[in-house]
Amino acid sequence: MSSPAEQAQIAQSVRNGWLLSTPALIVLAFASLGPLIIVIVYSFLAPGKYGNVEWAFSLSGWRGIIYTKDIFSDEYVLADAHLAIFWRSIKLSFLTTLTTFAVGFPTAWFIATRAPKARAMWLFLITIPFWTNLLIRTYAINEVIRNEGLMNTVLLKLGLITQPIVIIYTDIAVFIGMTYVYLPLMVLPLFAAIDRFDMKLLEAGYDLYASRWQVLRRVILPIVKPGIIAGSILVFVPSLGAYVTPRVLGGGKQMMIGNLIDLQFGQGRNWPLGAALSMTLLMIVTIALLIYVRYANKETGGHG
Amino acid sequence: MNEKAANEKAVIQKNAIEARNIVKTFGVGQAAARALDDVTVEIRQGEFFTLLGPSGCGKTTLLRLIAGFEMPTEGTILLDGQDITYLPPNKRPVNTVFQSYALFPHLTVAQNVGFGLEMQGRPKAEVNDTVARMLALVKLEPLAHRKTNQLSGGQQQRVALARALAPSPKVLLLDEPLSALDLKLRKEMQIELKRLQVETGITFVFVTHDQEEALTMSDRVGVMSQGKLQQVGSPKDIYTKPVNRFVASFIGETNFIAARAEAGKVHLATGDTIDIAGLSAGGNVTVTIRPEQLRLVDKTETGAMRATVKSLVYFGTDTHCYLSLTDGSEVVARLQSPASGDAGLTPGQSVGLRAVPGAAQIVLD
Ligand SMILES: Nc1ncnc2c1ncn2[C@@H]1O[C@H](COP(=O)(O)OP(=O)(O)OP(=O)(O)O)[C@@H](O)[C@H]1O
Ligand SMILES: [Mg+2]
Repeated sequence: MSSPAEQAQIAQSVRNGWLLSTPALIVLAFASLGPLIIVIVYSFLAPGKYGNVEWAFSLSGWRGIIYTKDIFSDEYVLADAHLAIFWRSIKLSFLTTLTTFAVGFPTAWFIATRAPKARAMWLFLITIPFWTNLLIRTYAINEVIRNEGLMNTVLLKLGLITQPIVIIYTDIAVFIGMTYVYLPLMVLPLFAAIDRFDMKLLEAGYDLYASRWQVLRRVILPIVKPGIIAGSILVFVPSLGAYVTPRVLGGGKQMMIGNLIDLQFGQGRNWPLGAALSMTLLMIVTIALLIYVRYANKETGGHG
Repeated sequence: MNEKAANEKAVIQKNAIEARNIVKTFGVGQAAARALDDVTVEIRQGEFFTLLGPSGCGKTTLLRLIAGFEMPTEGTILLDGQDITYLPPNKRPVNTVFQSYALFPHLTVAQNVGFGLEMQGRPKAEVNDTVARMLALVKLEPLAHRKTNQLSGGQQQRVALARALAPSPKVLLLDEPLSALDLKLRKEMQIELKRLQVETGITFVFVTHDQEEALTMSDRVGVMSQGKLQQVGSPKDIYTKPVNRFVASFIGETNFIAARAEAGKVHLATGDTIDIAGLSAGGNVTVTIRPEQLRLVDKTETGAMRATVKSLVYFGTDTHCYLSLTDGSEVVARLQSPASGDAGLTPGQSVGLRAVPGAAQIVLD
C-alpha cells in the first residue's frame, strides 16, 4: 500500500495530466461534436426560402424523410423515392462489402504467404490506387465500362457481342465502382490479420481430421475475424455515404444517400431535410455496426 | 501354453509403422538436398520409439512423412500393413504433438481437446465424455474452460498431448515436445509422457536431440545422422554396442583409440594389446571404451596401458581424469570419487590404465 503522501502525489499528477491535455480535448470536442451539434440543430429548424434555415422549431425536415407534400393536393404522401434510395444504399454497400471480402480474402492470403520481400512489393501495388484522386479513378472506371468504352469496344471487335453491354448508369456500375475503390480498405486489415496467423495451425487442423473446408471455417476464419470486422467496417461505412462514385457511375439517376443529402443542400434548398437525412445515415451506420459487432462476438463464444 | 505365449509375442511384434527405402529430397536440380537417404525402419505396435540425432539430420522430415504433411520422393510408408504413403493427413489415424504446440487460440482447452473428435463427426455425448477423460488423464480438469493463451508452457504442453490423444490415434508423433520447457518441468513431463504411453498403449514416435531423454524414455531408439538411419536398438544396445563411430560419440561420452586387428588380437596404437569378444574385423580399426569403463591401476601391472595424468575435474560423485597415452592421444576416465574426495592423483603422474573386461568395442568409421 502506498502512503498518503504518495497517493496525494499520484492524484496531483493525474490532475496535471488532465490539465495538460485540456487544449487537445477542447479541439477534439469542437472538431467532432461541433459539426454534429450544428447538424442536429439544423434538422429541427424550418427551411429558408433560398436555402439556409429559418430559426424556428420545425419537424418538417424529419417528416420529409418519409413523407413528401404532394404538389397538387398538398397532402402528405409516402416519399417512396427516398426509401428506394435508402434501400439501394444499404443493398449496394452490403454487396460491396461482401464482394470486397470474397475478392480481398484470397488476395490478402496470397500476399501474406509470399516471401517478405515480395510481400512488400505486393502491398505497395495494392496501395497505388490511393495515390490518385478518387474522382479520376472513378472516371477511369467509367472509361472502361461505358457503352463506347474499353470493355465494349474490345468485346465488339472480338465479335463476342453484337450490342454494347449497357452497364453505365445502373446499380451494377455503381457496385463495380465501389468494389474497385474500396477493395484496398478490405485487403489491408485482412492482410494484417492473416500475417499474424500461425500457419502451423493449418497442419494442426488437417492432422486432427479436418477437411480443407473445415480448416477454413473452423480455424482460419475465426482467428482472422478481427481483420474481417475491421475490413468490413472500413468498406461498409464509406460505401453507405458514397457520393462521388454513384454520382459519376450512376449518372444522377441511381442516387445513394450521399447524393440525396447533397441535393437537399444544393438544388433542393431544404437544409433541414438534408440535416435530418445526414442524421439518419449516421443512425443507420451506428445500428449496422452494433448488429455486426454483436453478431461477430456471438460467433466466437458459440463454438464447440 | 507355449503356443499362446508365442502368439502373444507375435502380436506384440506387429509393426505399427513401416517405412521402406524412404528418400526425400527438397528442391530440384542443383539445389536439391537429400533430407532422408534410403531410410528403412519398423516401429512396433505399442512401443515408445525415439528418433535421435543432431540438428538437421532429418528427424522432423521423417515424422512429417508419417503424419502426411510431406510426400516421400521415393519409398513407401505402411500403417498397420496398409500403404498410406499418399494419404492426406486428415485421413490418417495418426496425430501429432507439435513442437510449438499449435493450439487453437480461439478455442478453450476443452474445445481444443475435442476438436479432432468433432471433425471425425463423433456424437456430442461421446465427444464430451472423451474430452473429460483426456483432461483427467493430463490433470487439466480445472482449466477446461480457459483460453489456451492463459496457460503456462507446461499446461499448454498437456493440452497439446490431450488434443492429440483424444481421437485415439494408432500412432502419436511428438516432435521435440519438451524442448521449450525448463529443465525441472522437462523431467516431470518425461515421466508424465512415459506414463501416458503405458496407460494408453498407443505407439509413440518421439523426436529429440537430447540423448539422455532418448535413453531414459524409449523402448527402442533410432539414431540418425545426415539423412540416414545409423542404428536401431534398445537404449542399452545403442549405448553398449554402437555400430559406428557416430553412434558411439553421439550417445554418451566415449574414447576412441586407433588400433590394428590381427589374428584375433587387437593391437592399439599405443603398443598395448587388448582382448575384444567376438572380434571379426581385420586391419585398421577403431576401438571405443566408455570413460566409466576405464580403471586406473598400478603402472607396473602387466597388460595395462601406460598413461600420464593431465588434469582432474571433480564432479561430486565422479572425478573425470584426463590422460594422455604413449602415442599422444588423449582419453578420459570417469572414476568414482573416494569418500575423502581426493583421488590421490596429481597431474603429471604416470599410471596404468585398463578397460573393464568386455567393455572395449570395435566401431566402424
Ligand atoms: N521444406 C524444406 N525445404 C527445403 N529443405 C528442407 C525443408 N525441410 C527440411 N529441409 C532440410 O532437410 C534437412 C533435414 O531437416 P529436418 O527438419 O528434418 O531436421 P531435424 O533433424 O528435424 O533437425 P532439428 O533437430 O534442427 O529440428 C535439413 O538440412 C533441412 O534444411
Ligand atoms: Mg526438427
